[in-house]
Amino acid sequence: MRRAATLHAARLVFRRDLTLAWRRWDEVAQPLIFYAVVTTLFPLATTPDLAQLRTISGGVVWVAALLSSLLALESLFRSDVEDGTMEQWVLSGQPVGWLLLAKVAAHWVLTGLPLVVMSPIVGTALGLPFDAWGTLIVSLLLGTATLSILGGIGAALTVGVRRGSVLLSLLVLPLAMPLLIFGSRAVGMAMDGDSPAGPLQLLAAIFFLVLSLGPLAMSAAIRISVES
Amino acid sequence: MWTWFHKFASPPHAYRLLGTLAPWFGWPALALILLAAWWGLVEAPADYQQGDAFRILYVHAPSAWMSMFTYVVMAVAAAIGLIWRIKLAHAAAAAAAPIGASFTFLALATGSIWGKPMWGTWWVWDARLTSELILLFLYLGYMALRSSFDDPQRADRASAVLAIVGVINVPIIHYSVEWWTTLHQPASVTKFDRPSIDISMLIPLFIMIAGFQFYFGWAICRRLRGEILRRERNATWLKEAS
Repeated sequence: MRRAATLHAARLVFRRDLTLAWRRWDEVAQPLIFYAVVTTLFPLATTPDLAQLRTISGGVVWVAALLSSLLALESLFRSDVEDGTMEQWVLSGQPVGWLLLAKVAAHWVLTGLPLVVMSPIVGTALGLPFDAWGTLIVSLLLGTATLSILGGIGAALTVGVRRGSVLLSLLVLPLAMPLLIFGSRAVGMAMDGDSPAGPLQLLAAIFFLVLSLGPLAMSAAIRISVES
Repeated sequence: MWTWFHKFASPPHAYRLLGTLAPWFGWPALALILLAAWWGLVEAPADYQQGDAFRILYVHAPSAWMSMFTYVVMAVAAAIGLIWRIKLAHAAAAAAAPIGASFTFLALATGSIWGKPMWGTWWVWDARLTSELILLFLYLGYMALRSSFDDPQRADRASAVLAIVGVINVPIIHYSVEWWTTLHQPASVTKFDRPSIDISMLIPLFIMIAGFQFYFGWAICRRLRGEILRRERNATWLKEAS
């Protein structure tokens, strides 16, 4: 019974966040535009030659995806902490980790998923071959989901901190480096015609580790932010 | 046991205890480091491949070891502080972070200086150097988070969560970086794969590591005393003592 109530509450949080985002869709679109702009910078800064761009395309797509999903994370919990919603969640008796996970899931649907959908197009513009699309999509699905949870921990820690966005990047990017290594390597291996199963499985392993431990860290962090 | 624990963790008692402990770490540290420096730099034979350049190992390897050791100490202290709500443990974590960051920086700097004669460049994206660099970022992030709160209690607890998350990630980062370089690096670096190191070179290394450990003990005693003074600056026991 209690578990059903928790799942119901999590579902309500999820739906609420999607509705809120739908009403301010221009804010949701900003990280995506940022993503397109950043990936445009690389050909301008290096070379318009597709053959040369191809060698770095996997890495560029991955770095740009990391940066743009970080951009949106900063405000993840802020309004809920400021208007007292988060305090009510902590007091509600529901496991806060589940509610936060639902919130992060909604955030991922709004930023991570569109980035993943956009990335083959962006990658193709950088010379990424069609064969590597599947690997790029799978690796980014796992990578952005993991990053959303890691970033959720960072966002919960930095709620209400002055200039939180810089600090958030400083905290989360070192932790996200393994994702970048495995993700861009998987894309590189797929481009070379090798099987990318190894790095993808490692990415999946990290995702499940973060999925199981992340909510604990998030709820601990948010309690600290709300209580004091 | 708990009463003893709480007595130990009370600031006045800890402050006095750390004061008496510090020289017991400081003097052995000085003696061991001088002995190991003499042994390593003068007595130990030169490497048949790297000549005298290998002797920077006696600073590089202990600092790299201490950089990881300190991170674990910091995370354990942070966890103790978070679980049992002991302020002294939080203070210890805060005191350890700059020491660890300094060791990490020292390991990076000596690694880079060592790389110049060995690899011909100041920096190589070698697995150990890269994970050391990421460790430095973790330390800097920890210290940045700590300094961005006005409320010291919130700073303590938030940075404790970060330290624990970080310590779970350190092995993942280490192995991912290792895997990344084995796939990327050309074979030319295999000359760095040292043949098993001779015992006459190893003994001074162990003495140096012991010396660094004692130095860490001394430094943490001193820094923790400073941290206690800073946190308890308005407490009555301090006014009575001075």
